[in-house]
Amino acid sequence: MTTVGWLVACGLLLNIAIGLGFLTSRRGGADSLLAALLLGTTGVALALVLGEAVGEQRAVDIALVFALLAAVLGVAFVRRGWFDSDEGGGCGS
Amino acid sequence: MSLVDAISTLLLAVALFFFTAGTVGLLRLPDFHSRLHALTKADNVGLGFTVLAVMLQAEAWATVFKLALIWLLVLAAGATVCFLIAERARLADAASIERTDP
Repeated sequence: MTTVGWLVACGLLLNIAIGLGFLTSRRGGADSLLAALLLGTTGVALALVLGEAVGEQRAVDIALVFALLAAVLGVAFVRRGWFDSDEGGGCGS
Repeated sequence: MSLVDAISTLLLAVALFFFTAGTVGLLRLPDFHSRLHALTKADNVGLGFTVLAVMLQAEAWATVFKLALIWLLVLAAGATVCFLIAERARLADAASIERTDP
């Protein structure tokens, strides 16, 4: 179970890295807002799987904090982008 | 115990498949709303399978309950943020939407 946990954690980390690399390479637009969603789901799953691999029960609390932060982060990102588009007409760049 | 481990491993593999499907959709889909769709749906299903796999390994019922609450919280927050982002993309100027198209 531990080996499987580490393997799945590596796969999830690879997913996060590829997704974030893609999203940060597209400057401007609403695509950068998707990073909040990506970290919200995959980050929580990574915390849970890593906690399972290490055998640490408190990783569930870390995942809960990740989920709460991701919700606030998404709303903050959307509000910030909204004000940028109101001021300049173009969002980003 | 071995059967529980096998089921948990299978669920983790399915979860990794869904997360990879979400990332591939994020990379390959041409439209912004399609990418939003791929990221929201596939990743939330993947997280559901992950939570199920970790639930099977949990030692206390309180942990199982907390894991279920985490998944529901991520579902609600993900749906809300998804609608906010889609609304923001709809209200943004046409130029920024054009720029997301390859």
